[in-house]
Amino acid sequence: MKILVCISNVPDTTTKITFNSEQTEFNTSGVQFVINPYDEIALTRAIEITEKDGGTVTVLHVGEASADPTIRKALAMGAHDAIRVNAAPRDAWFVANQISNVANGAGYDLILMGRESIDHNGSQMAALVGELMNIPSISICKSLTLEGNKATVDREIEGGKEVAIVETPFIASASEGMAEPRIPNMRGIMSARTKPLNVVEAVAVDTLSEIISYDTPKGRGQVTLVEADNTDKLVELLHTEAKVI
Amino acid sequence: MIDTKQKSLKGGEFIIRESDPTSVFIPEEYTEEHKMMASMADDFLDAEVLPYLDRIDSMEEGLMKSIMDKAGELGLLGISVPEEYGGFGKDFITAMLMTEKMGAGHSFAVAMSAHTGIGTLPILYFGTAEQKSKYLPKLATGELKASYCLTEPGSGSDALAAKTKAILSSDGKHYILNGQKMWITNAGFADLFIVFAQIDGDKFTGFIVEKNTAGLSLGEEEHKMGIKGSSTRQVFFADCNVPVENVLGDIGKGHLIAFNILNIGRAKLAGAALGGAKRAIGLSVSYANERQQFKLPISKFGAIKHKLAEQAIKTFTLESALYRASDQIDEMEKELLAKGLNPADSLLGAAEEFAVECAILKVFGSEVLDYVVDEGVQIYGGYGFSSDYPMDRAYRDSRINRIFEGTNEINRMLIVDMLLKRAMKGSLDLMTPAQNIQKELMGIPDFGNGEETPFSECLTAVSNMKKAILMVAGAAVQKYMMTLAKEQEIIMNISDMIIETYTSESILLRVQKLSTTKGSDELTVYIDMMHTFIYESADRVNHAGKSAICSMADGDELRMMLLGLKRFTKMHPYNTKDSRRRIANVLIDKNTYPF
Ligand SMILES: Cc1cc2nc3c(=O)[nH]c(=O)nc-3n(C[C@H](O)[C@H](O)[C@H](O)COP(=O)(O)OP(=O)(O)OC[C@H]3O[C@@H](n4cnc5c(N)ncnc54)[C@H](O)[C@@H]3O)c2cc1C
Repeated sequence: MKILVCISNVPDTTTKITFNSEQTEFNTSGVQFVINPYDEIALTRAIEITEKDGGTVTVLHVGEASADPTIRKALAMGAHDAIRVNAAPRDAWFVANQISNVANGAGYDLILMGRESIDHNGSQMAALVGELMNIPSISICKSLTLEGNKATVDREIEGGKEVAIVETPFIASASEGMAEPRIPNMRGIMSARTKPLNVVEAVAVDTLSEIISYDTPKGRGQVTLVEADNTDKLVELLHTEAKVI
Repeated sequence: MIDTKQKSLKGGEFIIRESDPTSVFIPEEYTEEHKMMASMADDFLDAEVLPYLDRIDSMEEGLMKSIMDKAGELGLLGISVPEEYGGFGKDFITAMLMTEKMGAGHSFAVAMSAHTGIGTLPILYFGTAEQKSKYLPKLATGELKASYCLTEPGSGSDALAAKTKAILSSDGKHYILNGQKMWITNAGFADLFIVFAQIDGDKFTGFIVEKNTAGLSLGEEEHKMGIKGSSTRQVFFADCNVPVENVLGDIGKGHLIAFNILNIGRAKLAGAALGGAKRAIGLSVSYANERQQFKLPISKFGAIKHKLAEQAIKTFTLESALYRASDQIDEMEKELLAKGLNPADSLLGAAEEFAVECAILKVFGSEVLDYVVDEGVQIYGGYGFSSDYPMDRAYRDSRINRIFEGTNEINRMLIVDMLLKRAMKGSLDLMTPAQNIQKELMGIPDFGNGEETPFSECLTAVSNMKKAILMVAGAAVQKYMMTLAKEQEIIMNISDMIIETYTSESILLRVQKLSTTKGSDELTVYIDMMHTFIYESADRVNHAGKSAICSMADGDELRMMLLGLKRFTKMHPYNTKDSRRRIANVLIDKNTYPF
């Protein structure tokens, strides 16, 4: 089994998000970056599969050299080698094109990634890559088991789950439940240094979208508590303060 | 004096020489691998230790052991064990970084460091080839867990007065141990006990004793103020037959094991304290940001800012000194290896060379942590006093650090004692610079040219602190000669001056080095921390120096030394309120300890 796992490099969940003065760029200074948690789930599942049935796990990241520590962590967790497409990940369309360019013809049986990255939360990647590569794409999978070239996946759907069977090669995006990420061990960390991290140049892709500006959510307003039997007061407040009626 | 620059100083030499900032290691220079290991350790604590602190402290059956096993699976117990024995053979800085990270793990930190430190290292450094291959691989994975039995009911600080006896059996195959050990960490689940006993009543010797040896039994768990989850028991030996091949090191040379392992242990204790301090600051600042009184987060109040800043300043200084010394130990080890010593003797030799620094770190580290958790409780207010909040445990768990691995009194005395011994042996020339100080005191003071930068001021201040030490220590030696050991109060004063000086110089060197890579905006907070620490450190040196001088001198000599001390501890007025506010604001903004 030859598996490709796409990982993105996202700010740690505890990061305080700030932007530049034009509100067009996220301030990365002093920010701790980590493997996108959903990608980590996908990576863990990929490693589990190859540990059981043999095969290789390649991690792929589209981004600049500053992401190398994140890629090394993926190698420390147990991926066999890594590819970095050397370009800033402009938008989903750009990244999807880079991924399909690397994966096309490379003979991967399975391409895994997280359901979404926790920075931009676009949730488009699996579908875009599937379309570009013309292979099945299944998103938001809670489990994935393989038997030969047949995979059974549980999908999360509104109010329940859906079970799908699909043949390799295909793309799946992982959600909680598919695997429990493990802490890399000392041996993994020490071997990460010696595993190949191949840097390839990006292919040209049209720019289809542009960030106009970012904004942080407004702080939550004050809560005014009204006694349950004081409906007059409530109506008055809805008129004068909330101005909704 | 204090002008000879050389790449790396010998142990204790900081008192008479300056260091070049480019020659010191600073934590900002960690490699990618260091960072990965550190983050692994953080993940481990978050997943396997911190959620279970209450259960650990209630001594839930088997829990500590199982967490140790998990640490073993990840490789965390084999960091310092050479690869040939199934470990990872990492250098001292790396081992220190992992100790620091685990140091935030309360009782687990104690269990782990007793196992990897005083439990494992005696075999690594003093074991025979057979002992090493028999035990080390299993200690490195955690399959075997270790403890260290030195202290007895009647011998704590005076460790060599241990009474446990060992007598060779008539067939010459065993030593028969009889006696009692006290306060033994990990005893409850240890498979191996490193035991010190007197062969024939007077040859202090180390032994490796396996748990299932007949005649070995354990007391009940002690009821403790803190680190309640760490197993601490008495260990009894009643006609306990230990095979002769389990003698550790040379007969009659147990003190070499005990003291050398302690040097390393003391530095590591400071590492663990650093980890605990960083966590406590993180908790303090996030609580201060959340807690509102008088309609404001309490972190807006100057009194609270003062505490947060001081916690950070002290902790950052500790870190600077700790990794400076760790790197010196690594460098010395390499030097000794290159000279043809074996790896075990190289590290031991290096740690012994820097034994003064290790003792300084032990005292400073444990006192910084105590300060940080004490103010942590204060910042939490009533909730700091509640067992439902984390500061209560942090406060209680910190306290032991001033007691074990040599009490802080014993370590303070050692600092001065070791330096004077080196001076007597001629390996450290304190005399010449001390005499130069006498001459300098007779001359006209140098008032400088008035134009001072924070660096030039702090450089002068640190170099003057060294002069103050030499002046006071020189006078004490002259006055008391061989009876100085009886003037413990003065020794404590001198020791405090030395600790202040080493730590001041360490933060100075670190910030000097940082100034070559950080922009001026980013550097501000570091300069603030350095300037504030050194400014007040100079006062503390003055305070300690004054009480020493007034205790031993009178008349003209008293007056001259007090004037000298004043000259050597003087700094330009500095607004520490503003600087602490700036420092605190960085913590408050980042909502964590960010350095
Ligand atoms: C929780 C815990 C875990 C421990 N774990 C271990 C372990 O795993 N293995 C082990 O071998 N030991 C262990 N110890 C023992 C520890 O190292 C000793 O408690 C420590 O060395 C102090 O000895 P003591 O308790 O007998 O105090 P004492 O030596 O009686 O000291 C009492 C006081 O007198 C002072 N004092 C003593 N001598 C002098 C002097 N010459 N001059 C001035 N002041 C002096 C001390 O500084 C202290 O303030 C542990 C202790 C505790 C509490």
